[in-house]
Amino acid sequence: MSDDRPDPDQLLARVERDTAKAKRGRLKIFFGAAAGVGKSYAMLLAARERRAENLDVVVGLIETHGRKETQALLKGLEVLPTRQIDYKGTMLHEFDIDAALKRRPAIIIVDELAHTNAPNSRHPKRWQDIHELLEAGIDVYTAINVQHLESLNDDIGQIAGIRVWETVPDTVFEDADEIELVDLPPDELLLRLKEGKIYLPQQAQQAIHNFFRKGNLIALRELALRQTANRVDAQMLNYREDHAIRDVWQVNERILVCIGPNALAERLVRAGKRVATSLRAEWIVAYVETPSLQRLSAEKRDGVLRILRLAEQLGAETVTLSAPEISEAIIKFACERNINKIVLGKPNRRGWKRWLLGSVVDVLISHAHNINIYLLGSPQTAENGAVETEISLFRKSPLPGLQQRPINKPKGYYSRYGWTALITLFSAFIAYLMAGRLELANLVMVFLLGVVFVATHFGRGPSVLAAVLGVTLFDFLFVPPFYSFSVAHSQYLITLTTMLVVGVVISNLMVNVHSQAKVAAHRERRASVLYAMSKELAASQSEEEIVRTAVRHLHSEFSSRNVILFSDSNGRVVYPKQKSIPESLHGADLSVAQWVLDHNEMAGQGTNTLPGTEAIYFPIHNEDKVLGVLALLPVNLRRVFLPEQQKLLETFLRQIGQAVTRIRLAEQAKMTQMQVEAERLRNSLLSAISHDLRTPLATIIGSASTLLEGEGTLQTQDKLDLSRVIVDEAERMSNLINNILDMARLDAGVVELNKQWHPLEEIIGTVLTRLHKHLADRPVKVKLPAGIPLVFVDAVMIEQVFINLLENAIRYTPAGSELEISAEISTNAVECSVADHGPGIPKGREEQLFEKFYQARHEAAQSGVGLGLAICRAIVEVHGGRIYAQNRSGGGAIFTFILPINEPPPVMELE
Amino acid sequence: MAKINPVIIVIEDDPPIRRFLRTGLSTQGFTVFEADTGKQGIIEAEIRKSDLVILDLGLPDMDGVDVIKAIRTWSAIPIIILSARSSEQHKIDALDAGADDYLTKPFGFGELLARIRVALRHASRPMEHIKADVFVTTCCQRVLKVDLHNRVVSIDDQEIHLTPIQYRLLAVLVKHAGRVLTHQQILKEVWGPSYSENAHYLRIYMSQLRQKLEADSTQPKFLLTESGVGYRLKV
Repeated sequence: MSDDRPDPDQLLARVERDTAKAKRGRLKIFFGAAAGVGKSYAMLLAARERRAENLDVVVGLIETHGRKETQALLKGLEVLPTRQIDYKGTMLHEFDIDAALKRRPAIIIVDELAHTNAPNSRHPKRWQDIHELLEAGIDVYTAINVQHLESLNDDIGQIAGIRVWETVPDTVFEDADEIELVDLPPDELLLRLKEGKIYLPQQAQQAIHNFFRKGNLIALRELALRQTANRVDAQMLNYREDHAIRDVWQVNERILVCIGPNALAERLVRAGKRVATSLRAEWIVAYVETPSLQRLSAEKRDGVLRILRLAEQLGAETVTLSAPEISEAIIKFACERNINKIVLGKPNRRGWKRWLLGSVVDVLISHAHNINIYLLGSPQTAENGAVETEISLFRKSPLPGLQQRPINKPKGYYSRYGWTALITLFSAFIAYLMAGRLELANLVMVFLLGVVFVATHFGRGPSVLAAVLGVTLFDFLFVPPFYSFSVAHSQYLITLTTMLVVGVVISNLMVNVHSQAKVAAHRERRASVLYAMSKELAASQSEEEIVRTAVRHLHSEFSSRNVILFSDSNGRVVYPKQKSIPESLHGADLSVAQWVLDHNEMAGQGTNTLPGTEAIYFPIHNEDKVLGVLALLPVNLRRVFLPEQQKLLETFLRQIGQAVTRIRLAEQAKMTQMQVEAERLRNSLLSAISHDLRTPLATIIGSASTLLEGEGTLQTQDKLDLSRVIVDEAERMSNLINNILDMARLDAGVVELNKQWHPLEEIIGTVLTRLHKHLADRPVKVKLPAGIPLVFVDAVMIEQVFINLLENAIRYTPAGSELEISAEISTNAVECSVADHGPGIPKGREEQLFEKFYQARHEAAQSGVGLGLAICRAIVEVHGGRIYAQNRSGGGAIFTFILPINEPPPVMELE
Repeated sequence: MAKINPVIIVIEDDPPIRRFLRTGLSTQGFTVFEADTGKQGIIEAEIRKSDLVILDLGLPDMDGVDVIKAIRTWSAIPIIILSARSSEQHKIDALDAGADDYLTKPFGFGELLARIRVALRHASRPMEHIKADVFVTTCCQRVLKVDLHNRVVSIDDQEIHLTPIQYRLLAVLVKHAGRVLTHQQILKEVWGPSYSENAHYLRIYMSQLRQKLEADSTQPKFLLTESGVGYRLKV
């Protein structure tokens, strides 16, 4: 880059970092070289200053160790009570994070950043408590000594001879907003120690006195100063970035640290961290799993897992690559990710082995041209010692929750060797039969065939046995002198050696092919599992279905019991309402799930948060928010935390998240559409009502006020006319309101049908009587089936249908034209129709007529809100029937409704 | 009218309706007393020597049906109920509890007056419309005559043959001519209490009666249907 503009990607990252930081609380760390330098004192002093500035300062936890000066500083500061935990008989005082979050001060003092919490606390480590406080927007003051920093832990262990187990990830230190170095020259510190001003636990007096040697103190002080200086450096670099000062370092440095299942791994990771920090580079820790490495013991694989976790804590990205060749995988990955530095251990193959079989390093050096390669040597203190520490390391700090898998030899483990011996003997027998007729070289082939067979069926051990046994038998039976293990001619030695080598190589090749086929099958199975689930998820139509699908598939893949929890409208996680299935997990801890939902981080067994919980809780999220929580109770934690399984689970979670998002979006769209529809209806209703109610109201008010004002001047006839107008208009309004109310009742679904057997004739009779006035000038022809046909309906409602249809006909057809009512009854339906001789229905509007607020002609003279036919449809539909309109061939319209008859009419004993 | 100024008690909680009833009824020569609660109404009806009660079913303090029952414990004075639309069951309950007639809000004053007159006449001389056991009513130039003594029914002096049940049904209607009768009331009188569930019996016999008595059974003039409530014989 030749221009002076800052890299936009870096700028963006910076902006994101800053906005994230703005919401978070600010972390200030008081940093010291050793205990007793006065961190707590400095911290309280700072707190008092803030308090003097009228800020809300609270002491969450402070270790005064009875020092008078420090205790004096506490005066006037609010101190939160600690949480008391009875742990195996001793009372432990722990920081109470819930109380702190509830109290929500502006600044809180929490001493001892590296402290390990009592078992069953929310987080195992105090820095995690502090992280949560920061996330909640509370500023935190805390203190730590240099030896507790994760990346320095190793070095300090070597310098001081004491290793502390309470460490804090470097990222915590690096992400701190402010570091204040509390420095005290070693001589003064030693003086304070002599004066008894430094608190030391009784039992560790001697060890700690060793620790407080002057040489140690100088080294620690130097480390602390250097660490602070590095930070100052980083701050300066940030400043340069901000102000477009040209980069002095290479941009986009990426470092790849390759680890193997050996003692060097942890040191490689720590070294990688140091290189990455000093170069301000991104770093990635990779573990290549070759087929042979997949056969490693569970203990070793757990070790690798732990190292990968450590790397993550130190701020690295971790990957597990699956490939047949380590070097090939590394080169491919390095090219893909633009790696320019690779850190790895010095090859452990030496001498001829290295020369013969090559080493990863050699291949890398010859193939990776633009990549710098850093090698880290193992300490010369005897290979065995290193292995020892490695194993003890794993034992002391196993992965939380990871139990050791008992190594059971598979069934038939030993019988395989028996079979191998039998097969080799059989080969020998065949060869013996052919011995006279065939060359010695061909007899070798028979033995090799046996080796191949054993290798494909029984694996490495037996096949090597077959090779060795084969060579021995061959020598014994066919190499002169016969029936003796001695060899007559030296050329046979070559035959035997070659036979052995070929046999072993074949067995190796066969076993590799076999295990690769197994890996391939395993991958294929995983792909198909994933495919099956995504296919089912895509077809799911509801959240409930998604949950069922997910729970089932998770169970089949991880043998776990699962439950997916969603939050209610208040954001509280609740138990699912739907029925559980056999694979469901019952009794998930809602408070843990809530924490996961709020923090978008996993929690529970095997994690850093609430590891004492039985199940593991994962957030299910999409791009912008957490949708729900998966609680998973594994049979075996390994099945969840193996890197490849974890990736699979992540993919599962992503798929579930996507499916849930899809359903929610669809629901949202539906809701929006319904709202739009409701809005449209409301608008039509309002405009219809405001017009159709105001018009008669205007007439009523006008006429009534005329009557009032005109007292004495109005003629009797005028008074009568005005009164008539008022009554008519009021009746019109009353009808309108009835219609609106009917529609509202039908819409709300609160209508209860009062179905009874009624003579159709009586219903029509009632209708015609009620419409008597309106029908005064209209001939009405009624055509009903003979006899007294009964229909099972709510008579009042069906009368309403007839009334609305007739009123509609009256409104839209010329005065005096004839109307026809007819009905036909079959065994399973009754069909009624109202026909007229009017202008008919506009073409294509036959369906629209029955919509709410539809009016065929928008003329001021036409009264009515356009609800009559909509009410008809609603009534007919609650009766289980249908209604439609048609134009008649001879002119005019015909409205027909068909009601089903679901039971035979009652039997009557007539006279 | 024999009696000067019959006394009407209006039990209604809505002031505008009370006012229009008071004004209208006073000008028609009735003495009106008002009550805005059921309790007050019962007291008024008791102390005022009332001739008729107009009762709104939707009272704030008690159910209109309970008011009817309370009045019926000591008096048979006619009660006309006012009710909202689409509450047929309320009307039926009120009628079965002893109310004489009902009007659906909104109603015209003319209609109310007609109902009041029928009720008052019926109360003072229950069988007035049946002179010497013969009931006669006319509509659209057709005369329906029911001779209760000789059990003869005729239209325009032409005798109509009825089955015993048809006749019993007609006779019940004639006895209460002009008043609304609920299905239950008719069923009880014609078929007896055990038939109260079989409303369709009544409907079918009513249709048969119409086919025999009405000029057009789909446009009845004598045997009127009170939708969802019952029947009424025109006087």
